[in-house]
Amino acid sequence: MNSTGPNARNLLGIEDLDRAEIERLLDSGRHFKSVPPRKKLDALRGRSIVNLFFEPSTRTRTSFEIAAKRLGADTIGIQTLGSSLSKGESLVDTLNTLAAMNPDIIVMRHAASGAPHFLARHLSTPMINAGDGQHEHPTQALLDALTILEVKGTLQGLRVAIIGDIAHSRVARSNIHLLSKFGADIVACGPATSVSKNLTQLAPGVSLTNRMRDAVRDADVIMMLRVQLERQNVEVFPKSEYFRYFGLSLEHVALARPDAIVLHPGPINRGREISSEVADSQRSMILNQVENGVAIRMAVLEWVCSG
Amino acid sequence: MRLLIRNGRVVDPASGLDGGRDVLIDSDRIAAIEPQIECPDAEVIEADGMVVAPGFVDIHVHLREPGIEHAETIASGSRAAAAGGFTAVCCMPNTLPVNDSAQVTSFIVDRARRTAAVHVHPIGAISKGSQGERLADIGAMHAEGIVAISDDGIPVMNSGLMRRAMKYAASFGIPVIDHCEDLTLSSGGDIHEGIQSIRLGLGGIPSCSEDVMVARDIILAADTDSRVHIAHISTANSIAMVRHAKKLGLPVTAEVTPHHFALGDEEIPGYDSNYKMKPPLRTQLDIDAAIEGLVDGTIDCIATDHAPHTGHTKMQEFERCPFGITGLETALGLSLEALYHGGSIDLPHLVRLFSSAPSSCLDLDRGRLVVGGPADVTIFSTTREWTYDANQTLSKSKNSPFGGRKFRGGPVATIVSGRVVWTVDEGLRPQR
Repeated sequence: MNSTGPNARNLLGIEDLDRAEIERLLDSGRHFKSVPPRKKLDALRGRSIVNLFFEPSTRTRTSFEIAAKRLGADTIGIQTLGSSLSKGESLVDTLNTLAAMNPDIIVMRHAASGAPHFLARHLSTPMINAGDGQHEHPTQALLDALTILEVKGTLQGLRVAIIGDIAHSRVARSNIHLLSKFGADIVACGPATSVSKNLTQLAPGVSLTNRMRDAVRDADVIMMLRVQLERQNVEVFPKSEYFRYFGLSLEHVALARPDAIVLHPGPINRGREISSEVADSQRSMILNQVENGVAIRMAVLEWVCSG
Repeated sequence: MRLLIRNGRVVDPASGLDGGRDVLIDSDRIAAIEPQIECPDAEVIEADGMVVAPGFVDIHVHLREPGIEHAETIASGSRAAAAGGFTAVCCMPNTLPVNDSAQVTSFIVDRARRTAAVHVHPIGAISKGSQGERLADIGAMHAEGIVAISDDGIPVMNSGLMRRAMKYAASFGIPVIDHCEDLTLSSGGDIHEGIQSIRLGLGGIPSCSEDVMVARDIILAADTDSRVHIAHISTANSIAMVRHAKKLGLPVTAEVTPHHFALGDEEIPGYDSNYKMKPPLRTQLDIDAAIEGLVDGTIDCIATDHAPHTGHTKMQEFERCPFGITGLETALGLSLEALYHGGSIDLPHLVRLFSSAPSSCLDLDRGRLVVGGPADVTIFSTTREWTYDANQTLSKSKNSPFGGRKFRGGPVATIVSGRVVWTVDEGLRPQR
């Protein structure tokens, strides 16, 4: 169990979960997906959920909000703009304020790796990491797994190419942990400045390449990462030529297995990391991912509350 | 006022003494070291089963005064030093204001004389405000008592300035101490660049950021024939380069901190900022190299880099927390554990690493136990079992990763200028 807080069940990262816990969350996600969206559930009726977003986010925040509402919970959104956070309130003061409000669940996104872990150490409220710095984004990996499983039926033995700024990506890190736990072959691909050799020690089954063609050849799944120039302190690649070497085009997809699928956590940068033709093709699962995101977040919200 | 330390194992590496002796102190001097001394009017310290050593010297501490007194003062830091068995410390100049002038140096010397529990030697800045642009008033600070210059923590990137600083400091007979870190390579880093930085999604501080500066400093030491002391060396490559420099007879010395040979980056438990320091905790390979460097003399001495920070500065996002941990009170325990109990270093050598060796790095007239010499004495045990409680520290700050750690052996009594300032049983002793 991933409980770092005094007595709460948290979801801070995929690394801390075992296979059985992940399977349970995926099963539960499938269940929630099968429930018609208009049907209101009451699993979390009367519970209050604070969505604490220190970084701008539309999709993840909205997805968590919809998930919470469908489970009957009340949600309060706190974003950096328009709250005391932008006035320089420290994390420890936020912590004290939250402890006084006593919510039932905190969903947190923060630009600093480990920020939710810091809060979880001092709060007894269940905490869900909605993305921390360059560390993890566990619900993204869960919804990606659900999406892949819907098409492929298994993760075992699948060849999954993850392409982009791997070393600085929380999406990549969470996906590597999850896919590795289920026996996938993971090829991490990006410019050498983004693909640290230490990545092979992150989890079993990871190999590295700097060549797109090698990464996508015979792939069952191609997982593109968003180019996040706003999060680069220093330029790890010249953006002007990024698409030429690491952008996904139809020609790459042709090298993959005939039934290969393409994932992207969104929002996509057309023409930067993925061509419009690929994004709009039958192979693209991008909208399925969005739909599965709500189901997975329902599963996670229910799970942390039942701890 | 006379003090008799009886039945201890007296170890003085400088003279080669290692045997059962009594030590008689008269006022602030050692009066006699003999197999058996009778002195009925003396206060007696029974040191049966203990080691009686020259007072330990820590040539790398941050006392935070003037300017950052909420984290530490000369009074509190020197008391933590006494509790760690140290009788003298050298304090780094990164205070507010920076110790870059005669006025600040004399303020520190004066505060130390009035409030410190142990001897305090200030280290002056290399550059004005440690800005890395113009040389500080090195001669004037030397006249007030600095024993070395350093821009510790804000290292000199400009090699031209470093070269001039080395030459200029040599005209006053003092070495340059360099915190070797190429800031363009370490920028954005929080912990050692390796599997752990990848795992935690934290910025990496690569070993090469230290190595290129150690290489530069060795080349400049050769060029200027001036002394350079490498602070807190932490990488296998840097240690290998210092070894090579010494073979060439270059005036290069080096220190290592206890945490760099006691802990590795894979032992960092999640995002605990008490494990965040510069240089960062490195790998097992580097730990092995540090111990080997101590064994073969490549690394001259142990220094703590005691860097107190108040709780609230360590209570924030890991990447925003300042670098540095306290170290005075745990240095001996950690060294006994990693070096002596581990079997790689014998007792006289261990004592040397804490006393005569750091003294000679900075030409301090300390670290020996001789008749007629200053009565600075450290008494310690190699067997006493104890647990470090960071909440009971004499420092004003508690940022240690070693809270709760169990030790075998540690300081028992600290005697400064003939006065017992601290004992393990009584704690601090009130001074006249």
